[in-house]
Amino acid sequence: MADLSIDMCGIKSPNPFWLASAPPANTGDQVMRAFDAGWGGAVWKTLGNPIVNVSSRFGGVDFAGRRVMGFNNIELITDRPLAVNLREIAEVKKRYPHHAVIVSLMVETKDEWREIIKRSEDTGCDGLELNFGCPHGMCERGMGSAVGQEPKVLTEITSWVKEYARTPVLVKLTPNVGDILEPGYAALEGNCDGLSLINTIKSIVGVDLERGVPLPRVGGGSTNGGYCGPAVKPIALHMIAQLARDPRTSRLPISGIGGVSNWRDAAEFIALGSTSVQVCTAVMHHGFRIVEDMIQGLSNFLDERGLTLDQFRGSAVPAYKEWGELDLNYQVVASINPDLCIGCQKCVAACQDGAHQCIFTGPADRPRPPHAHAEGMAKAPVPQVIGALAGDRVPWIDEPECVGCNLCALVCPVEGCITMVEVPNDRGVDTWQDRVNSGRDRVPGGIFE
Amino acid sequence: MSMIEAPPERLESRLAEAKPLYGPGEARAEAERCLFCADAPCVEACPTEIDVPGFIRQIASGDTLGAARTIFQQNILGYSCARVCPVEVLCVGSCVYNPWHKPPIQIGRLQRFATESSLDAEAAGGARVMRPRAPSGTRRSVALLGAGPASLACAAYLALEGHRAVIFEKRALPGGLNTTGVAPYKIHTEDSLREVEYVRSLGVEVRCGVEVGVDVTPESLLKDYDAVFLGLGLGVDSKLAIEGEDGPGVWGATALIEEIKNTPGFKLPDARRALIVGGGNTAIDVARELAQLGVPEVAMVYRRGAADMSGYAHEMDLARRDGVTLQTGCTPTAVVRGGDGRVEGLRVQRREGGVEVLPADLIVLAIGQQKLRALAAAFEGVSLDARGCVSVEADSRRTGNPRVYAGGDCINGGKEVVNAVADGREAARAMLRAWPAGA
Repeated sequence: MADLSIDMCGIKSPNPFWLASAPPANTGDQVMRAFDAGWGGAVWKTLGNPIVNVSSRFGGVDFAGRRVMGFNNIELITDRPLAVNLREIAEVKKRYPHHAVIVSLMVETKDEWREIIKRSEDTGCDGLELNFGCPHGMCERGMGSAVGQEPKVLTEITSWVKEYARTPVLVKLTPNVGDILEPGYAALEGNCDGLSLINTIKSIVGVDLERGVPLPRVGGGSTNGGYCGPAVKPIALHMIAQLARDPRTSRLPISGIGGVSNWRDAAEFIALGSTSVQVCTAVMHHGFRIVEDMIQGLSNFLDERGLTLDQFRGSAVPAYKEWGELDLNYQVVASINPDLCIGCQKCVAACQDGAHQCIFTGPADRPRPPHAHAEGMAKAPVPQVIGALAGDRVPWIDEPECVGCNLCALVCPVEGCITMVEVPNDRGVDTWQDRVNSGRDRVPGGIFE
Repeated sequence: MSMIEAPPERLESRLAEAKPLYGPGEARAEAERCLFCADAPCVEACPTEIDVPGFIRQIASGDTLGAARTIFQQNILGYSCARVCPVEVLCVGSCVYNPWHKPPIQIGRLQRFATESSLDAEAAGGARVMRPRAPSGTRRSVALLGAGPASLACAAYLALEGHRAVIFEKRALPGGLNTTGVAPYKIHTEDSLREVEYVRSLGVEVRCGVEVGVDVTPESLLKDYDAVFLGLGLGVDSKLAIEGEDGPGVWGATALIEEIKNTPGFKLPDARRALIVGGGNTAIDVARELAQLGVPEVAMVYRRGAADMSGYAHEMDLARRDGVTLQTGCTPTAVVRGGDGRVEGLRVQRREGGVEVLPADLIVLAIGQQKLRALAAAFEGVSLDARGCVSVEADSRRTGNPRVYAGGDCINGGKEVVNAVADGREAARAMLRAWPAGA
């Protein structure tokens, strides 16, 4: 069993899996049950001045018969008295001294920050997370994402916090910005110890078409909420990778958040530089015990490769490049395994209507579209391809026309049926940057023939 | 227009449906499994070529009414076909999930959900699923013989185009085999009649208890109508022509099923051992119905081997689950009766040699039905083929008389409801083509 323990800017945790600051980390009872289930840490539901929540708070996006591909909420920070939360935090920390307990905070004035930091740290917590990300309700009051979207304010408040805090300070960033590096630099300038991201994405989760009211419906109205769940993972991965590869922000440890549901998701976040990962939606959907798979899966993955967590962390960051650094001479073409093909021909429709018109059916040669690059007819394979399952419904690829876009392989419902096969060539590596540098290509800025 | 009501106290009411109506959530979940194949094999497998992936996608997106319209466009009897079609050998059997060893999409149940939900909504005052064109000055009129699926479909498509369609049915109840013959676990009489009511709501006139050739002559129909459609179906059950088969205790299969389905207060003969002679789907149906209705021993007797049976393998599997046994290689030679005339058994010649009397107190003959040769031939220009089926042109379903069309069992010798619907629809389309546009 691989050692999964982490030390994130001084916050120690038996594994990298933390509950995110959200409903699953709302009470001492929940957090203790989560620790019993195997979670390594928890970021407590954000403390601040008392708020009143609405009833009807969550919305979900289903996809292809599965529930909650995406999730949105219009809930605010904790609605429990500060003293109760602090008492429970202290109790948890006392009972679970080796687990990470981070207190999420969101207040307004400098005095309030000083006060709440002192009282929070008096519980014995391991660190603080500054909620500069909440994109609904709190931002209307000048907090949450209202801070995260204003680099100067973000720097200033972070500096206040660092003035008072004795424990490590994580700044939680909002993805509702044009360039995540801007708030990243601002947090760095405020002297924070680490970053947490992403918070939720501003969203309207749907519309009740019968009533003509967006969702989730609160009486006759609704408001924009924060979007999260599996659907946002790609957005989170990109922002984390941006910060992880930037020479300035790369020294800040990252707590990765956004659609993590299993060990594989978590491993992807860690490969792109996350030290810990935080989970909310998957716990709200499936309960605390999903962490069992996360612990075992990540451990097995590392053991099979003989890697430590430290060696694995950030291992995919160097391969995250600019487009202009990609090899234009690398080429793949689609290949259909006729024995796995079930004959649904989804690849045919996808390629003909949505890609490059190079997948056909039938025994005869087929005319290429007028815009084709290759000359003549698309050559049907001889003898005709007969699949084990689909008979003569197996489509075929016009390889000279295939640009290697991957679409057919992505829409094929049968795993491993369509693969993208590398076509070796002797042309060597050639990037767009190489072409610009050697005068063979141009920087955009006009229409060229 | 008064409802044609199902008779009370029918024996079939004791048999529950095997595939009840999906709820909206169930339907959506099943619909979302559909891959939405390109050039989908399920469409090709459907004799009426319903756009199956199209209507399933509409169910998945919540447009149930649109799904029903997609179905009705190609198959106006989609409501009954959803239940009575042998989907296992048609659309569902061709689903690409089968070779992949995954459960195929339950297309029949989805079709039932779309059509039944939409007809329910229409009956409750919601949107009309299909809107007939208003009759124009060039309205044609068509007489249709027999109120089975072929005539109902033909008449419905004519009515949707604003033409007059009048169906003549000799029985008291319309609907053809859906009413009189299809197994109750697939469809009950009241549901078949409900579909007839729907066809009537499109403007089709149905005259029950009127027998062409008795109450009205073929000549008068040809005189009074622009075209005639023969949806005659088949005649009475065929007999074996063996000793002892006439008399109590020996039934024709379709006659017995009709009693079970339609006759008020009908009770099964008090039988302990029933033998069903035949290897087709009607034989399997009557065997299953008797077993489900409580006859302790039900056996099918077939003269050739199991592989030669025309009944579907999946239906035979279900029959075995109902407790039906199968005796193959047995050719009946006589019905054995006791001194009081009661049936005691069936004497059979074994294929491997030897004669045996299989004990039985009820014998049902399911070896086919007679052709209604005389009625069809009474229309001038209509000819029959060697089997006694009405000869038609392949596409138009037109007979030798350019104003007489035919479809359903009377042209194919006995196929599925969906084949009859395809015939009726194609005949209607051919008539529409034959009539000069706007004239």
